[in-house]
Amino acid sequence: MAELTKKSIGGLLARQGILVAFVLFMIGFAIANERFLAVDNVFGVIRSSAILGVMALGVTFVVIGGNLDLSVGSMMSFSTIVVLDLHDKIGPTMAIPAMFAMTLCLGAFIGFLVGYLKLNSLIVTLGMLSAIHGLTLTYSGGKNMDIADKEGTWFSVFGQGSVAGIPVPIVMFVVLAIILSIILTRTPFGRKVYAVGGNGTAATFSGIPRARVVFMTYMISAFCVATAGLIQASRSLGSQNTVGQGMELEVLAAVILGGASLLGGSGTVFKTVIGVLILGFIQNGLLLVGLEFYVQYVVTWVIIILAVWLDIAAKRGRLLSPIA
Amino acid sequence: MSDTKPALRLENIVKAFPGVRALDGVSFEVIPGEVHALMGENGAGKSTLMKVLGGIYQPNEGTIYIEEQETVMHSPLQAKGKGVVFIHQELSLADELSVAENIFLGELPRKSFGRVDWDALYKETDAILGKLNVGFNAKTRVGDLSIANQQMVEIARALTVDAKAVIFDEPTASLTDAEKVVLFDVIEDLQKQGVGIIYISHRMEEIFKISDRISVLRDGQYRGTLLTKDTNEDEVTKLMIGRSLDLTRNVEAPELGEVALEVRGLTCGNLYKDVSFKVHRGEVVGFYGLVGAGRTEIAETIFGLRDADAGSIFLEGQEVKINSPVEAIRHGISLVPEDRKGQGLVLGMNCRDNMTLLQVDDLTAGPFVSDGAEIAIYDQYRDRLDIRSPSWRQTVGNLSGGNQQKIVIGKWLSMKPNVLIVDEPTRGIDVGSKSEIHNLIRELAKQGYAVIVISSEMPEVLHVSDRIVAMYHGQVMREFTAEEVTEDSLVQAISGIVSDKVA
Amino acid sequence: MNSETRANLIKQGAIWAFIVVELIFFSVAGEFLSLSEKAFMDFDNMLLLLKQSAPIGIIALGMTIIMVNGNIDLSVGATFALSAIVLLDSMTWPIFAGLGDGVIFVGWALALMTGVILGAVNGFIVWKTGVDAFIVTLGSMLGFRGLVFMYNGEQPTSHLNWTLVDFAEAQFLGLHTATWFLAAVVVVLWFVMNKTVHGRNAYAIGNNREAAVNAGIRVGPHFLINFMLIGFLAALSAVVFYSESGSVNPNDGMLYELWAITAVVLGGTKLTGGYGSIISTLGGVIAIQLLRKGLGHIGADTETVNLVIGLILIAVLFLDRQLNAKGKEELKT
Repeated sequence: MAELTKKSIGGLLARQGILVAFVLFMIGFAIANERFLAVDNVFGVIRSSAILGVMALGVTFVVIGGNLDLSVGSMMSFSTIVVLDLHDKIGPTMAIPAMFAMTLCLGAFIGFLVGYLKLNSLIVTLGMLSAIHGLTLTYSGGKNMDIADKEGTWFSVFGQGSVAGIPVPIVMFVVLAIILSIILTRTPFGRKVYAVGGNGTAATFSGIPRARVVFMTYMISAFCVATAGLIQASRSLGSQNTVGQGMELEVLAAVILGGASLLGGSGTVFKTVIGVLILGFIQNGLLLVGLEFYVQYVVTWVIIILAVWLDIAAKRGRLLSPIA
Repeated sequence: MSDTKPALRLENIVKAFPGVRALDGVSFEVIPGEVHALMGENGAGKSTLMKVLGGIYQPNEGTIYIEEQETVMHSPLQAKGKGVVFIHQELSLADELSVAENIFLGELPRKSFGRVDWDALYKETDAILGKLNVGFNAKTRVGDLSIANQQMVEIARALTVDAKAVIFDEPTASLTDAEKVVLFDVIEDLQKQGVGIIYISHRMEEIFKISDRISVLRDGQYRGTLLTKDTNEDEVTKLMIGRSLDLTRNVEAPELGEVALEVRGLTCGNLYKDVSFKVHRGEVVGFYGLVGAGRTEIAETIFGLRDADAGSIFLEGQEVKINSPVEAIRHGISLVPEDRKGQGLVLGMNCRDNMTLLQVDDLTAGPFVSDGAEIAIYDQYRDRLDIRSPSWRQTVGNLSGGNQQKIVIGKWLSMKPNVLIVDEPTRGIDVGSKSEIHNLIRELAKQGYAVIVISSEMPEVLHVSDRIVAMYHGQVMREFTAEEVTEDSLVQAISGIVSDKVA
Repeated sequence: MNSETRANLIKQGAIWAFIVVELIFFSVAGEFLSLSEKAFMDFDNMLLLLKQSAPIGIIALGMTIIMVNGNIDLSVGATFALSAIVLLDSMTWPIFAGLGDGVIFVGWALALMTGVILGAVNGFIVWKTGVDAFIVTLGSMLGFRGLVFMYNGEQPTSHLNWTLVDFAEAQFLGLHTATWFLAAVVVVLWFVMNKTVHGRNAYAIGNNREAAVNAGIRVGPHFLINFMLIGFLAALSAVVFYSESGSVNPNDGMLYELWAITAVVLGGTKLTGGYGSIISTLGGVIAIQLLRKGLGHIGADTETVNLVIGLILIAVLFLDRQLNAKGKEELKT
């Protein structure tokens, strides 16, 4: 019996280890600095994590479906640049749907390549990272994009407004997380995403249109990227071409931190949100205790390795890898 | 023979995993120059025992003796160094490398600066290949060889050391008859050189042909050793399963309904040619043949996973074109695939979700999956198929093979198919579940399903089928009714009667 | 060449055929579009191209071994930057002040050692934890970059040693110093991959890891050595590049991993491991550099380079799959 209890505690740690680590982190920082858990600070962290977080929600679908998406960073730059450019040309009411449509086209292209042509997603999205970056630069002519009348536009509401005291980026992040979580856990489509990622061959043998499911995960990812681009553009009302550069790997780090396996078939929206918040709060906590922003990189490194290591160590029942 | 010193001897080997005693006091020996067959159902502990012998697992208790010297083996390399060599069932070769590099994998001869001594490598390889009398050379890329020749490369590996005992794990699983002859010759040669052979196989006729003694494992325990010349298949079977498995011939006369499925002149490249047959409602048609005879490929074509070059498929008399499993399912065709873990199940998902995967689109309340409807289906088929699982939440990967197979069958029955195709229904599952699944297949036919059973086990085919289609090299050789079929005629039919030229 | 088949030869030739097509295309298109009077296939231009290929090329060659192993290294860009900082900064340390130009060798040694150590950290983690190399190096890409920033904040690190600059800008037998380094790495790695036990084992491990383990190849230490090797090469690349430029920004080397992987994949190395060639990777590196220069030559915006290379990468992947398609033998899953 004793063994059983030990096992179930170990099992809990393995399954919810990231949640436990998160709570410990929060307690640690709260003791170190009392401002850490103040409402405005917590809001501040979530708000600044919202862009990363929204992108991570979409990538969660892609990863559960058994693929990778390294193109979200440059795709976000694209969305931001496009919506800012169109804002002055056709007005915000038209610019937003136009930008969403263009971003979704990019998502559809990737989804077609990975889903229907069955090309390796790592290489496809690597290629698209480069290609979309080039596309953005070509679109903007390499120049920064700015809205002419920064004071007079309602466009800033997505990045700077608030609803009932809660900043709009947080509202968008939370609402999107809830909707996507419901889609993933409660709908037939969500079930198919898990099946395709867990065992694509078995999914095909069960009559699940694998290509279409993979295609849809990239469309969801593109939708999230467009939303993130909207928040980014609205917050700054001007942008460089490289605003999203490097974010693809931070997003992936958040998703992995949340415990999604890169092999597909596991992960949840909730866990990804936890992963995003951990990254956000680490950054914030380190700043509050007086360290530079780049210290978070090193801490994130250690946490990612530890999280994944402990996860697989629990699964194989021993800490060190058996390979000689 | 018994006065010779054993080449390899195991005494009271115990190997425990969390929750299971995979080996429970097993003793076993092989004498130089003998072929000692090791038999047992799947899960009896054969593969665990072999992993202990091969140095992959360390036993918890017990001792291994090589030529009566107590030995501990910590790795496959160490085992090999001591003269115990393993010919794996799943070939462990590197496709992109040459034959020579594969034979000396991990032990490439070196020159200064860590260079490979190619001259020495090829010379030694040629010497070994000479002994085996094979039709390829040391520089051939392994990926370009046939399966049988790849197996020869594995065997050649065994010859690089002074082998005292060689373990063959199901070596004939994917060989043609001609290739088997070559393999048995090699085994005989090894025997003559005084090597002890441990031969694991499910195929009785092979075992009786080449072995001197037969040892049997059941549930991780040693059940006894028989001299091959003094025993028969029944006695071995009884030892293996603890009772005789009811594999009598099927004598029920089917109540034939209408033709549910008809195939005319179906052809697909080199896989199969000009295949025609009919399946009525209420009957079981068995497809029997060797691995690679094209049976599975026909099933996959009917299920929309392959395109045929020519020929047509009729359902209820209507010609249909099936381009994907989605369409096959819409036409009421179902396929319980051969590879349960690779094709049948999403191992990381729970029992219920696996079972309802086919109909998840229909089991909805509004836009959402209806938990209640799903659990109802799961409960229904759990009871009907007697699936033993603690709860529907159990991850399928943790169930036994038999229960996993029942989940797959349940998945397909739940869509109420017109035609049910079952490919190797009892591969790798225990005896109890085996006969349950056989009964179920008969039961389904009585209820009016049209059932196709593909199997490589003759007793199984004879036990469940009303009609048997014998296949050889992608062609239908002959169709038998349950009354007219004899084992001899069946064996002849699947061997193509005129035996193929020796490779 | 012992185990090659004709199909493999075609695959290995493909990248060179592509380079020839590029040369012809840009030469012809240049006649009509180029504003400059110079021909594209100008000798000096080609020499410069080789020199410019060196930094990414040296890293990509190392990446080939890593990918033949079935691993990947996303941290090379950060390793590159940190080694560069060590190179430039160590030459200004007071304790080496008395060495005169001998400090160059100290700087080089320290920079290369930095690369080896960072590689060893990756390799050791991959070996001991069993975590996938993709995740390990994704983490250390962030972590090493953090170290880069911690060294000198967001300030650039600069130091120009004129002896070193002269050396880096020198030409010997017409080739630039950087090109010689690239050539040396190609020769050494080709030798390692094709002639040594270590290299052959690298293929075996990538091809069938379980078989390699069972045959007694010590996979963990093997990985460790290869990660140390790519760390060394990332540092060597930094040495080659910064000896001349003399100033490192903390963001330098970002996305180098992606460029290196692109070159390796263009060269036909399989992502799943077990197949790949040093010479073809060199082809991939040159093809990318040609494209950059060529597009500039015909007056296209430099921005389009990214677009074109990304699409070509995808096209190569598509063609490779079509070439390997087994037709009817394959299940439509």
